[in-house]
Amino acid sequence: MADAHTSSQPASPALACENLSMGYGPRTVLEGISLEFYAGLWTAVVGPNGSGKSTLLHTLAGLREPRSGVILLQGRRLAAWPRRERARRLAWLAQMPGVTDLTASEVVALGRFAHGGWLAHRQAVDDAAMHRAMVATGSLSCGQRRLSTLSGGERQRVHLARVLAVEAPVLLLDEPTSHLDPPHQEDVARLLREQAYGCGVCVVSAIHDLSLALAADRLIVLGQQGVIGYGTVREALAADWLSAAFRTPVNIVEHRGVHLWRPAVPPARRSGEVSTRLDERL
Amino acid sequence: MSTPQPAVAQLDSAHNGADRLTRLGTWLACCLTITLLLTCGSLIVGTSSIETSLGWLLSPDAQSAVVLWEIRLPRTVGAWFAGALLGLSGAIAQGVFRNPLAEPYLLGTASGAALGVTLSLLAASASVGALAWAEKLGVTGAACLGACAAIALTVGLSRGVLQTASLLLSGIVVAFLLSAVTSLLLLTKPDIWREMQTFLLGSTAFVSWSSVTLLAIVFCVCAVPALLLARGLDALTLGEDTAQSLGLSLPMLRLTLLGVVSLGTATAVGQVGIVGFVGLVAPHLVRETLSVNHRQLLIGAALCGGALLQAADLLCRWIIRPAELPVGAVTACVGGVYLTVLLWRRSRDG
Repeated sequence: MADAHTSSQPASPALACENLSMGYGPRTVLEGISLEFYAGLWTAVVGPNGSGKSTLLHTLAGLREPRSGVILLQGRRLAAWPRRERARRLAWLAQMPGVTDLTASEVVALGRFAHGGWLAHRQAVDDAAMHRAMVATGSLSCGQRRLSTLSGGERQRVHLARVLAVEAPVLLLDEPTSHLDPPHQEDVARLLREQAYGCGVCVVSAIHDLSLALAADRLIVLGQQGVIGYGTVREALAADWLSAAFRTPVNIVEHRGVHLWRPAVPPARRSGEVSTRLDERL
Repeated sequence: MSTPQPAVAQLDSAHNGADRLTRLGTWLACCLTITLLLTCGSLIVGTSSIETSLGWLLSPDAQSAVVLWEIRLPRTVGAWFAGALLGLSGAIAQGVFRNPLAEPYLLGTASGAALGVTLSLLAASASVGALAWAEKLGVTGAACLGACAAIALTVGLSRGVLQTASLLLSGIVVAFLLSAVTSLLLLTKPDIWREMQTFLLGSTAFVSWSSVTLLAIVFCVCAVPALLLARGLDALTLGEDTAQSLGLSLPMLRLTLLGVVSLGTATAVGQVGIVGFVGLVAPHLVRETLSVNHRQLLIGAALCGGALLQAADLLCRWIIRPAELPVGAVTACVGGVYLTVLLWRRSRDG
């Protein structure tokens, strides 16, 4: 399925970076990175904590100045885009968006800011985009409820709806599945897939859960020393980039064509065995 | 877009949304009624007894007309505008700094104004030439200048408005520094201490129609950009990165809104002295009773602040009739008690 998409790949990338370096103060986080992201593909960024997933996404979104290198959004330098035009083409979801007293529909409406600006009133086009985004994320029922009264899963849907309401051709999402229970993580992953395949959006997301990340079209594997590899899931598995990135064997199994991460935890004891250790200790 | 868009519009009028609107309407009506009652009340409370004042209202003569329309009315209207400016500034400051404890004086405005007044009083007592100059400037002018200088110093110390944390810290540094200078100056010249006290404790007693006009103009100048940029404050509640990714210019937003806060606070301080707690409490009072976005919050905080200072003004004339309490002392007491109650309730509710 992923291969079929590779062949229909458009010629120019929606988002690209060349020779990108970034860091905080004296510390260099990532150096000399060149990547290309295409429309209609979902790319997952994986790697251990502190490997720079978040920094990479922040920099690609233009929220942090790179030390050196160029970022191209639709072929034009990111910094050269006027602020609002850029915000219309590139939507970004923070790892932990703030909790506010705004209602869900007010939050989603903020996603339309780049289309109208300060003085504009909400138009029918904006309402339609908000509606589609809220339907797609299943957050329509939250409408008039305050964000602070929603559960974590509902909140994340609303934030996703805000990001989708921008209707940008490029989506950058920083850990959209963190702090969600497994069914909600599944919903989010399915949504990202739909956005890429159904709407032709270029989706880039940092994802902690390896099984979810392996459902993506492309993987960027980051290690402590920078990019371990960038390619399809098969390429990643064939060269075992994940084990290199995490510096420990990462056990991936294939089940009916789906790749899954299987944690190497010894199987549970049967019920009769449970008390023995405790007895010894007592 | 060919798709019909009933849903969002429908949502807005769904029972939840309609509920919110009714609540908002009721709240506004209550606030305006209270303001009106306070205005009427402050016409009949003063050094003369209430019966006399009522008699004046019913059958005015030349002298009573002056007391009613040239002293009491401008005083209460001025108190409203000053309170509204403080409430508006407080709500903006809390939004810009994303901190519920932010208040309009956090850029060092109050201590700057106090130093300005001290300096002008000192200069007036020092030489005749300076006296003429100080008289021309007046207490209000000196306070306003001092406030502006303090804000400039704060912004300079933090090298711009981009880092909110360093801006807050610089504000604290400037406030302490200028207060220390003021105290030292007052130590050398104890005789101006009494004159200073009226200003330091805040007073609505000297508000004339000309100051009301100034306050009203500044209020309009502040309210228009604040309401236009309210959506930016909404976006800021989601975090600075998110706000930026939505296409907002954070430096422009901060600069404009802090300019509004500075202008509003400096003007209010110039006219009524250092009135504490109104700017801090008014936005909380709105948030406690309504769940609102920033546009509604700013309007509510302004209305609330106005009514609060009017009420404080009325109280300070009422409590020890025919003498008067400093209005700043009243707002500090009432505001302090209210904040304590709020804290208790919060910790009880978890």
